[in-house]
This record gives sequence, C-alpha cells and structure tokens, in this order.
Amino acid sequence: MALTYEVAGRPDFSAFLRKREDGQASLDLLVRGARCAGCLAKIEREVQALPDVASARMNLTSGKLAVAFKGASGDPARVIDALEKAGYPAAPYDPTQAQAAHDREGRRLILAMAVAAFGAMNTMMFSVPLWAGLFGQELGPATRTVMMWFSGAVGAPCAIYAGMPFFQSAWRSLKARRANMDVPISIGVILTLVISFSETVLGGRDAYFDAAVSLLFLLLIGRWLDHQLRARARSAAGDLLALQAPAAIRLDGQGAEHRVPISEVQPGDVLLVRAGERLPVDARIVSGASELDNSLLTGETAPVAVAQGQLCRAGALNLSGVLKLEAVARSEDSALSAIARLVEAGAQAKSKYVQLADKAAAVYVPVVHTAAALTFAGGWALGLGAREALIRAVAVLIVTCPCALGLAVPAVQITASARLFRKGVLVKSGAALERLAEVDHVVFDKTGVLTEGRPTLIDPIPAAVAMAAPLARASRHPLARALAAEAGEGTMASDVREHAGLGVEGVIDGRRARLGRAAFVGAPDHGSGETELWFGFEGDTKVRFRFSDALRPDAARTVAALKAKGLTVEVLSGDVPAAVGRAAAEAGIADWRAGLSPQEKAEAIEALAARGRKVLMVGDGLNDAAALAKAHAAMAPGSALEASQNAADLVFSGEGLSAVAESYDLARSARRRAMENFGFAALYNALAAPAAMLGLVNPFVAALAMSGSSLVVTLNALRTGGRP
Amino acid sequence: MNILLFLAPFSVGLGLIAVAAFWWTLKAGQYEDPVGDANRILMDDPEDRPAA
Repeated sequence: MALTYEVAGRPDFSAFLRKREDGQASLDLLVRGARCAGCLAKIEREVQALPDVASARMNLTSGKLAVAFKGASGDPARVIDALEKAGYPAAPYDPTQAQAAHDREGRRLILAMAVAAFGAMNTMMFSVPLWAGLFGQELGPATRTVMMWFSGAVGAPCAIYAGMPFFQSAWRSLKARRANMDVPISIGVILTLVISFSETVLGGRDAYFDAAVSLLFLLLIGRWLDHQLRARARSAAGDLLALQAPAAIRLDGQGAEHRVPISEVQPGDVLLVRAGERLPVDARIVSGASELDNSLLTGETAPVAVAQGQLCRAGALNLSGVLKLEAVARSEDSALSAIARLVEAGAQAKSKYVQLADKAAAVYVPVVHTAAALTFAGGWALGLGAREALIRAVAVLIVTCPCALGLAVPAVQITASARLFRKGVLVKSGAALERLAEVDHVVFDKTGVLTEGRPTLIDPIPAAVAMAAPLARASRHPLARALAAEAGEGTMASDVREHAGLGVEGVIDGRRARLGRAAFVGAPDHGSGETELWFGFEGDTKVRFRFSDALRPDAARTVAALKAKGLTVEVLSGDVPAAVGRAAAEAGIADWRAGLSPQEKAEAIEALAARGRKVLMVGDGLNDAAALAKAHAAMAPGSALEASQNAADLVFSGEGLSAVAESYDLARSARRRAMENFGFAALYNALAAPAAMLGLVNPFVAALAMSGSSLVVTLNALRTGGRP
Repeated sequence: MNILLFLAPFSVGLGLIAVAAFWWTLKAGQYEDPVGDANRILMDDPEDRPAA
C-alpha cells in the first residue's frame, strides 16, 4: 500500500533526505507502475523539471528513483506530488532497509567467475597439445614441459584468485571446528596445484591445472546462482516492507506535521494517525475517537472502539476518525518487541536445519577422502612408487569432484524459485524450499489467510441495502464500504457528517438518517458481538446489516488439493469460536481452535513438532509471527505485517490461496530433481573413483568427465517444476 | 617452435584484456539496471531533434 497523505497538509518528508558526500541532499524513492521507456522518460523529465532538483535517475530493474537536489536541502513532498500527478505512486525508501544497494559479495563472486573462465579457457589452450600427446601424437618431452609451464603460469594464479571464496570459507569453518563443503574443495584444489607443479618440475606427464580451474569455474556458477537467489529475495522483501508505511506523522509544538521514520519516534512525541493508517508505536490517545482494527495483532475481525486516554498497540489500523496520540514507547520497545523475541527464538531453531547438500557432503567427504588415502597407501604398498601413488590419489580427488553438490542443488533451487517468482511467490532461501518439501501438516490462520481479511455483507436484503446506500457511499468506514460495494453505483447523501467511532449522519431525499453503531442509530443494543451496522431514518424503524469476513474464493479448493496430497489441515485462530468455526466449515477443515493468544499458537506448533509432525504455518498477523518462526516451514501473504513477512520462508502476493498448494508442489519437484542429481553423482563417482584408482584416468579423461557430469546435473535441474 | 614463446604469451595477453574490459564494465555499473538500459536506447534525446 502506498503512503496516503493529503497534498493540502503538505507533510514534511525531510527526515528521508540523505546527505551525499558533496554536501547535496539526495532522496531514494520507490516508484510503482514504471514499465517502459515512455514511463522512464516521463518520470525523469517531470522530476528534473522541478526547480530544486539537480538530477533524477530511474532504475527500471529495481523500480527505484534516485533524486539529487541542488542544495543541501530539498522538498521530497514536491517530488512525490509530481510523480503522483504523472500517475506513478511513490514512497520514500528508507535506505537503511536497502542493504542490497551495494552488493559487494555478488561482485566479488562474478569477478572470481570471470577470472576462472579466463583461466579455464587459456589453460585449456595449453592442455590440448598435452592431451594430444597422451594419444601418441608427436610431442617431445621438452615441448611438453614448456606447455606444462605455460599451463601452470596461467592456471595457478587464476585458481588461487578464483578459489579465494572457497579457501576463506573453509578456513572460517575449520576455525570454528567444523567442516563444510568448502574444506574438501579447498584440499582438492590445493593438492592438485601442488602435484601438478611438482610433476612439471620433475618432467612428468600429468598436470591438472586446467581441471583445477574449470572445477572452480563450475562451482562458482553454483555459488553465484545461490547468492543471486538470496539477494533477489532480500531486495524484493525489502521493497514490500518499504511500501508498508515506514513513516509516522509527528506534530511539533506549532501543530505542523513532519513525516519521520518510525525508528525516530521517541516516547512523549505527539503523533497524528489518520483513518486508514497504522499506529506506528504503542501510544495513548490524546484526542479523537475512532475504531481500531486489531486483526493483524490478535486475529479478531470485529473493530474495537477507542476514545481519549486509551492505550493502543502498535500495528493496529485506524478505521474511522483522526487520532492524536502520545507515544509511550519507542518502536523497538513497543508491544511488537515481545513477539519479535519469540520470532528470534524460532529463527534460531530453524538455523539448525541441515541442508540437503550439507547432509550429502557429510557422507561424501569421508568416503572420497578415505578412497584417496587408500589409493595412495595401496599403490605404494603394491610397489607403484610414492610419486605414481600420489598422482593416482589426486586423480581420485579430482575426478570425484563435488560438482553435483556444489552446482546441482543451487541450480535446482534457482529454477524452482524463478518459477515461483513468476507466480507471485517469493522464496527467501534454498533451505526454505527444502523444508517446505518435507511438511506433512498445514496450519492456517483464519483472518487474512483463509479469509480475505475484510468484511462483506451477508444475507443482504436488496431494498434495505438500496435505502442505506446513499449514506454508506459517503463514509470511509470499511463496513460502510462493504455495504456501498453491495449496492453499486448511485446517489450520495447530502450534508454528511462523520461521527468518529459512532457512525455517519446525513440527509437522504430530505430525510435525516444515520448509519452506524446500534446506540448511535437509536436501536436497542443487544451486544450480540457480531459485526453489524444499523441504519434508520429519524423516527423510523431501524434495519440491521450483518457482516462477516468472506472466505478467499479458492480457499476450499486449496484445502481440498492439500488434503488430496496426503497432508492434514488445521486452523489456529485468535478470533471468536463462532467466526472460526464457520470459516473452517466453509473451507472444509474439521480441525480448528479459536481464541488463541500468540504464545498459545506458538505452543500449539511446538506440540505438533514434538509429536514428530513437520508443520507448514500459513499466517499473516503479528499474532502468527511466533508460530511462523517456530514452524518447520512458513508462508505469509504479501499483505502481512513486517514481522510476519520476516518470519516467513515464502511470501505470496495476489488474491489466491492456491499459491500454497503450488509452492508445495514445486518444492517437492525441486527435491525430487535434487535427489536425482545426487543419485547421478553417486553413480558417476562409483564409476570414476575405481577408474582413477586403477590409474586409467589421465588429465584429458578428468576434464571430460568433470564437465560432462556438471552439464548433466544442470540440465536435469532445469526440468524442475516442468513436469510432476 | 620458437614462435610459441611469442604467440602463447600474446594470446594470454589478449585474454587478459578481455578480463580487464569485463572488470571495467562491472566497476562502471553497467549491470545495475539492465531493463532500464534496454529501454533508454528507445528514448529520444532532446538535443538530437531538429529545431521545430
């Protein structure tokens, strides 16, 4: 949701200005709707035409507009106005959330990859005559040695530079007394370089410089794909969050409005929250009355009326009136922080998850290294001589390259993520997909997940709707809007006055009418607890409209699809039992629990996990955040609050719930492809290792076998999600 | 075969030039906005237009 503000009020966004090195002010904006060259030209022209703007540069890939002002200060609101008029809603982008701007790690990987590619090609140039020599072509020992020196002079520096990411990672993990995938890779590469050099010096036959560099090149592709996946998910998640009102409106002593980042709000600040905005921090109402929608906090759908002096919690949505509040806590200390701690605890548990590739590495590494050691010991014992035995041992290490582990799994995961991305699902990490493939139980939150999270009129009586519609159209309250939506286009009441927290009053066809709470309209208040709205002309009978939160259109279908796949489905909600029971029944879910606190939800997930169930939690509210973090895998809709999106592994946008079933299918497909790749790698190694032990592998065979096996696993990865 | 001693370093040198060129494109930020760059070539440069 873009920031809503009134142009007349001219809120001050200057807290979002950044100082550049040359002292000028600059501003980053997230612009929506820019797609083509026309948009690009229009946006830059409109913004550059503003008097105090020095330059504007739009990045179409990331959707960000960088504006540089002429002086040390500027007026961001004017830029936003200009963009809005041109038809592109924009929001100030808090650069602290945009850590992806300078992607150093990515650049280093890509440069290492370029060097490895250069090294592989140029080393290969010297290797081709060497290979030809292996097949009895004329190649004198002197020429061979020269070629080997050339090969080493180009290959070794390239291998050392391109291998740095692996060496460093291996060193870090060894210092922490653990062994990751990079340890065997580093040992293999370093040993290969050393043996190849000694063979060159001793005038031997086999040099594996080309194998070492091409191995690193292939592994770097896998490493870079994995990095891209995470970087893209991070920046897309950052964009979603940046659009979620990163600002609060602070009033100064004179009553002027300043938009400030939420993190700058201090206790005692006076804040203004208009209808349709969320409370930035825990705050007490100074003046004004309204209704708050706590559905993202507690899961309750019915709005709560609030008035002066009442304490309200951060994250609640202000529905009707304008509220002036005094902040009682900073953003970090608000009610959210307790939930944030629960989330952190859950996230730590998740980081203990061992990824598929690491599991495979735990088997692969000891087996291959034992095989290499046995080759050396056995060869020496059988009288091959230490030098020949060592060459064979190194050949075993090279030919059983861990390409399937280093390349095949990232390739599968990036293919799956790209497919999901096109369907509007954002995958945060490769591990998330692996965990999603393992789930056997799905827990849904009700409000905003199974349901649309907004009220719709139930059992409408057309005559009554038509009667109340002119008044409903004049109101911004969500219930009135639902009523107006049911009625469609039409006339509007005149002389309309909105009474915050009570209802709306106006004149229809010369008669005064009221729409709102029972007491406001003058009807007997039964306190039924249902979401309802009353309407009546002055002195006439009163009509009641009942509302409920409608199910997402494909909720029942999705639940049925998940059940058909053998998963069990359950609803855990913080809402009242009647509403939860009705929604669960409509969606076709027999198991449901209502009235749960955030803590109880998390405990329910833990209890399931203790029974050995692998739970997929789908939730959007703050009350779900802890449960999302605790669950084996977690999904959140794009409309969810920041904390929930952070806690979730996958974020899906769009109206449909079908993304849940589709993501599960793709995760399963990705796991199948990864397993196939492991199977292929095992088969390949089972053939290659004995051949190397027997001394049948020369540098030419090693180069062919290695690149061939990498090609096969990559092609197999591309099949992910194509066919079940 | 002495020509090898000239040709081999020469070809490696050509490869190095390619790596240096790639490094320069990376440093110059040419991969920051591939979509935008593809579209920018379609934009009319106001200075190129004949005076109306």
